[in-house]
Amino acid sequence: MRVTQGTFSFLPDLTDEEITAQLQYAIDAGWAVAVEFTDDPHPRNNLWEMWGLPMFDIADAAAGLGEIRACRAAYPHRYVRVSAYDSSYGRQTTALSFIVHRPPDEPGFRLDRQEASDRRVRYTLSPYATREPHGQRYGEPRG
Amino acid sequence: MAASRWTAGVIPYAEMGYYEPDYQPKATDILAAFRVTPQPGVPPEEAGAAVAGESSTATWTVVWTDRLTAYEHYQAKCYQVLPVPGRAGEYIAYVAYDIDLFEEGSIPNLTSSIIGNVFGFKALKALRLEDLRIPLHYTKTFQGPPHGIVTEREYLDKYGRPLLGATTKPKLGLSARNYGRVVYEALRGGLDFTKDDENINSQPFMRWRDRYLFVMEAVNRAAEQTGEIKGHYLNVTAATMEDMYERAEFAKELGSVIVMADLTVGYTALHSMSKWARANGMLLHLHRAGHSTYTRQKTHGVSFRVIAKWCRLLGVDHIHAGTVVGKLEGDPSITRGYYDTCRLAQVPADPARGLYFDQDWGSMPGVMPVASGGIHAGQMHQLLHYLGEDVVLQFGGGTIGHPMGVAAGATANRVAVEAMIKARNEGRDYLAQGEEILRAAARHCAPLQAALDTWGDISFEYEATDMPDVVATPVR
Repeated sequence: MRVTQGTFSFLPDLTDEEITAQLQYAIDAGWAVAVEFTDDPHPRNNLWEMWGLPMFDIADAAAGLGEIRACRAAYPHRYVRVSAYDSSYGRQTTALSFIVHRPPDEPGFRLDRQEASDRRVRYTLSPYATREPHGQRYGEPRG
Repeated sequence: MAASRWTAGVIPYAEMGYYEPDYQPKATDILAAFRVTPQPGVPPEEAGAAVAGESSTATWTVVWTDRLTAYEHYQAKCYQVLPVPGRAGEYIAYVAYDIDLFEEGSIPNLTSSIIGNVFGFKALKALRLEDLRIPLHYTKTFQGPPHGIVTEREYLDKYGRPLLGATTKPKLGLSARNYGRVVYEALRGGLDFTKDDENINSQPFMRWRDRYLFVMEAVNRAAEQTGEIKGHYLNVTAATMEDMYERAEFAKELGSVIVMADLTVGYTALHSMSKWARANGMLLHLHRAGHSTYTRQKTHGVSFRVIAKWCRLLGVDHIHAGTVVGKLEGDPSITRGYYDTCRLAQVPADPARGLYFDQDWGSMPGVMPVASGGIHAGQMHQLLHYLGEDVVLQFGGGTIGHPMGVAAGATANRVAVEAMIKARNEGRDYLAQGEEILRAAARHCAPLQAALDTWGDISFEYEATDMPDVVATPVR
């Protein structure tokens, strides 16, 4: 399966050139750009690991792309996303967020049903990958 | 004057103090703009004074008991009456109400005061409440949306694009199991939300409890297929508040992120649902069922911009606010005024958008407007242009009527919106190049190509019944 979180997951994976154009849009809007990565793509996991601090003052998109490439190189078996943050009054939230790297294979999610009385069901969603400890998922080599 | 003012009998409202052209509105006053069409022979100032009087302290005759009060404080004041350019017999009457006239945090009280009595007044041929200026002092007595746009996006983990929805069709008649199938296909195909229609409550063909169970199976299965948070607006509209709470509690127990109510339940019920939604972490979607009966006609009723203000105050997270390009009424600039009213913190007066007053919302969260009714993927560039990014685009027929099936219809819509956002962010003139952008996106998405082939040239071009008066109406 393909995790379709993020602003552009239904499009073909963005090329580095296309990513650069999105970064430039964010920078021109005055947004901080952050690179984050995870091996737990549960949709409620908002705490992807930070690849350094958000870049509040980057002058051009090339610097952002450099951080994306470095993060991909360090974590080729994990998801990497770019988030643009709008700190203006009344927003103070993420303005754009899209996946820029995926693990080689995405096994997807398991849906568990806990059947209760009166036909009620409690649902629990978990990524198959999270059966393994952090750092050992999606075929990531130990160490 | 003082003597005759208190003589028993009937005197004109204007002479009773309800017309005060020298009055300077206070920052704390609630201001109203009424479109007044007086009966023949009734002077416009007297008509404006009558509106001020009947919507505040007055009755038809002099009452000595006014003198037991500081009546001048409680009297609403019509402070300006202007003819509407190009529309003979119509006037805009501006009325100021002291904040003391209203109970804190109560839309039922505000509406009972301002529109409670006056619309049936015989001296007026027609009356329409065009706009209200709610002072921040009064706004602060409301908590507003249970979550608002920012929190909703953080809750759903969806940023940078309009959200997508679809109303389950056919509106009536599906069994709960079949209904769940439509929900599943639409959500797994790429929509964020599906929706009960306004008239789906708990009919013999599908009782609410069965619907909720099948729908939540569909929602969770779609989350499993996509890794995204999905939702279905479970309509909790019912005959009694007890029934509404029962349904909402069940939706919560099953793990739904959102419930909905119809405007027909009334302002008190909406206040209650808003309070419940805040306490239970549930998004609250409002379907403005019935509104056109009083919002649509130019000279009668209450403008939707006023309804939008009331609903932002009493607190909903979503409100249907028009599509511009779809099948239902909506001039582009008037609709833009509704969207600004829902979303912005500071809304400047703008006669071209039908906004009569500056409106300061302070830090009250914005309401996510919902565009629903006769829209399709081929209009994506226009929808983004007219409605912006913080909006739910609801493609009902435009998803479920897709020739390749419901999931394909959903995928077409999702690919179209992502392609359009990408192009906009790349700096392209997406409005002019919209069709080209969609055709290019369709090259890697057969469902989008099929959608464009099916609906590409469908549009609904009728003249709107409510247009701005165009000529800038001056406001003091």
